[in-house]
Amino acid sequence: MVTDTHLYAAATPEIFMACAAMVLLMLGVFRGDGDTRLVSWLAVAAMAVAFALVWMMPGERVITFSGGFIVDGFANFAKLLILLAAAIGLIMSMGYVRAEKMERFEFPVLILLATLGMMMMVSANDLISLYMGLEIQSLALYVVAAIKRDSHRSSEAGLKYFVLGALSSGMLLYGCSMIYGFSGSTNFQAIAAHVGESGQISVGLIVGIAFLTAGLAFKVSAVPFHMWTPDVYEGAPTPITAFFAVAPKIAAIVLFMRAMIAPFAEATADWQQIVVFISMASMVLGAFAAIWQTNIKRLMAYSSIGHIGFALMGLAAGTADGVRATLVYMAIYLFMNVGTFAAILCMRRREGMVEGIQDLAGLDRNDRPMALALLIFMFSMAGVPAAAGFFGKFYVFMAAVDAGLYGLAVVGVLASVVAAFYYLRIVKIMYFDDPAEPFVKPIGPEMKVILTVTSLFVVFFAVYPAPLLEGAQAAAAALMP
Amino acid sequence: MTDWPLLSLVVFLPLAGVAFILVGGLTTKDEEIAARNARNGALWASAATFLVSLLIWASFDNSTAAFQFEERHEWLAPGIAYRLGVDGISMLFIVLTGLLTPICILASWETIKTRVPEYMIAFLVLETMMMGVFCALDFVLFYLFFEGGLIPMFLIIGIWGGPRRIYSTFKFFLYTLLGSVLLLLALAYMYVTVGTTDIPSLMEHQFAAEVQTWLWLALFASFAVKVPMWPVHTWLPDAHVEAPTAGSVVLAGVLLKMGGYGLLRFSIPMLPLASEYFIPLVFALSVVAVIYTSLVALMQEDMKKLIAYSSVAHMGFVTVGIFSFTTQGVEGGIVQMLSHGIVSAALFLCVGVVYDRMHSRMIADYGGLVNRMPKYAFVFAVFMLASVGLPGTSGFVGEFLVLVGVFQASTWVAALVSTGMILGAAYMLWLYRRVIFGKLEKENLKAILDLSPREVLIFAPLVVVALFMGIYPTPFLDVMHVSVENLLQQYQGALQAAEAASQAATQLAAK
Repeated sequence: MVTDTHLYAAATPEIFMACAAMVLLMLGVFRGDGDTRLVSWLAVAAMAVAFALVWMMPGERVITFSGGFIVDGFANFAKLLILLAAAIGLIMSMGYVRAEKMERFEFPVLILLATLGMMMMVSANDLISLYMGLEIQSLALYVVAAIKRDSHRSSEAGLKYFVLGALSSGMLLYGCSMIYGFSGSTNFQAIAAHVGESGQISVGLIVGIAFLTAGLAFKVSAVPFHMWTPDVYEGAPTPITAFFAVAPKIAAIVLFMRAMIAPFAEATADWQQIVVFISMASMVLGAFAAIWQTNIKRLMAYSSIGHIGFALMGLAAGTADGVRATLVYMAIYLFMNVGTFAAILCMRRREGMVEGIQDLAGLDRNDRPMALALLIFMFSMAGVPAAAGFFGKFYVFMAAVDAGLYGLAVVGVLASVVAAFYYLRIVKIMYFDDPAEPFVKPIGPEMKVILTVTSLFVVFFAVYPAPLLEGAQAAAAALMP
Repeated sequence: MTDWPLLSLVVFLPLAGVAFILVGGLTTKDEEIAARNARNGALWASAATFLVSLLIWASFDNSTAAFQFEERHEWLAPGIAYRLGVDGISMLFIVLTGLLTPICILASWETIKTRVPEYMIAFLVLETMMMGVFCALDFVLFYLFFEGGLIPMFLIIGIWGGPRRIYSTFKFFLYTLLGSVLLLLALAYMYVTVGTTDIPSLMEHQFAAEVQTWLWLALFASFAVKVPMWPVHTWLPDAHVEAPTAGSVVLAGVLLKMGGYGLLRFSIPMLPLASEYFIPLVFALSVVAVIYTSLVALMQEDMKKLIAYSSVAHMGFVTVGIFSFTTQGVEGGIVQMLSHGIVSAALFLCVGVVYDRMHSRMIADYGGLVNRMPKYAFVFAVFMLASVGLPGTSGFVGEFLVLVGVFQASTWVAALVSTGMILGAAYMLWLYRRVIFGKLEKENLKAILDLSPREVLIFAPLVVVALFMGIYPTPFLDVMHVSVENLLQQYQGALQAAEAASQAATQLAAK
């Protein structure tokens, strides 16, 4: 499969992104912070081009760069989601960046680099390239979290993210070294062959898997490695939180799936119990801890922990249906979260941004369309049909039941009922409470478009779900033939 | 005409009203005009839906148990399709939903003054969901509508409800959701074992006996909350008391019927062995419901609460009737559901009439209304008697058939349940005496006005239906008869097959 003609062709989108990041960096250096807006739009354009390049990729599987880099339907599906999320995230940040006077051309460049890292992650076919992709992404994001240099909270968030991220990278690397030591290779196929040959899996390899899982659980912010999430979400500037909540999560969870299934498909029973536990714990903690939150960004942090728990349920199933369910879940999660954060970014009063849940009080009477959009997202996140979020949950439950994980499915549905409580609480505050001071208008046109498109997607997903489902199915089939 | 997708039309026509209201709301800034548009749009859309439902009934073929007016489109996955159809069991519920929605909208015509467009949209969306529940022939589609109905109802209670509306609406939502998610798991299990969620195919599939028990319990958790059965009924009085009048009407009239319908559509045909196994459980819960909640109703001081508890008792009759597994019992259960849909809806409207005038639901605040409101006293009397089950009213037909059916299944249960009829007469007559009869002594009641023409228009069709069903129930029974027979035959067939299998197994073991 390793042919020279494919060597670079397979990585065209990544190479393009890397070049674009460097060109934009030069442009920024020469033109200064005044042209941040231009750089941002060019970064979005670069992502759009990369999106098109990924879209045009042939579907067959290509392994290149000495087996370290893989392009298949699974990676391409994930890349499309990542690019979409990153581009929307960047567009959403522009208004905020201008209003908060933190125009820095490094910001779009860093986002571009982080996105490149994510694309590498989902195409990793080797423990080394896995780590490389992960670090490109993480280093860029550490800086981005602290980009509001004058803000105490932002710097604190960046530092926390960095210290804990470094710790998790350490664990991940330790796991990788154990796996290398006991299987003799860093290549996923070679590890898979080793596991398949030996018939049973050695204790050292299991320890390696456990550490690898711990590192990955940190990246997807699954319990018990979730502690950084609420603090970073709350501390980072809101558009950056919005970015953190979607694209890196998708990349990390896709990487998680590949790192478990590609090398260790034969040892599913060994890692399955770990994933079942973190899935269960994330769902429960996400549901209960969010109830007491008063800050909407912290609430969204716990909400995302819960969602990751649901998405991991698909991986826990360890079947092609499970992988598909997780992909569908993450795609729908993308739309719900982008929409919700677009609404959060519109929470601005004269004195600045507000983040309290109570600030949404009576939103229905101040701004009907925005309240309606948030209502739709909240019901969707709670998993009430016919909103899109229901279908995400439906598929993961089905995968879990199919794999015989009844306990996990029961915990999942019960957690979803608890979680429904805090989503409903937001609806209650918006619709049933007396109005608070209205938010400053106008909302930028890009926000209006994002809110409209995402809420329409969430409402009408049920009418024509076929494209997403078929795409996810093909992607899952690529990972688990 | 039959080429038309009539069922899709009846399900989605209310959404056309929603679109109309949205467009109207966007084009005008004037609240008054928007409200008027919304009221008219909602009324016309729901009236048209009612006409379509009547048309479906008119062209419904009574002589077959097969599903009619079928529609089918590929949807989520192979085996999960958009499939609609009606049979004798669901037919009349569609008409009931069609009838009650325009009545609800008329009943809210003047009482809802704030956020009228939103209110009307919520009601129309709710109607779509309710229609969908009764039309769906795919389990996922059913679940979608079944759960989706929670959203508009949550908002209706939460926005336009009484003082404790937030507590009530959360309780309503979370209770029902908790039941429903277990249904979802059962649904997922059925899909992965059978490979389809097509309801007729699932009915033909024989689930293993031990699996049936678990599936049945999961389904029951959902349907029992919806019915509601004792002891998971506690959300109902709260929701009823705090909901606006029309909310209570639709809750009692249609939403409660989804539980009974679910038992008939899913639990019994798909899980016959477990249904038979759990008969004592259902009987016990229903008997407690009938007697205990009747006694509770007797002690209520709030009219809405009293009627809410009486609903629980009446639904106890329904579940007893269905699980008697006799033709009379099941038909009686369905008639009782329809009758309760009309009668308790009308009783909530009756409470709404005086509540609109006096802003109190307390029985003690009234008395002697007959002196000022003779028309109202007559209407209230009709529905009060129908609720009691006086011969000649719809309530009698249902309760009588249920008792005849249950008597064949278990004399004791029949005897216990029939005490409920006596208690029912006690609390309803006592309520009537305290509110309507006596001297008109309260100062603030001296100027109370009788029914307005709009209110007469609301009550007239309900009075006619309640009496018609009581005097000449044959047209209603004819619709469901073949389907009910078919259901019972399937059920008996499944039991006999299981019996034969177990006998063969024991003989094999003996050899």
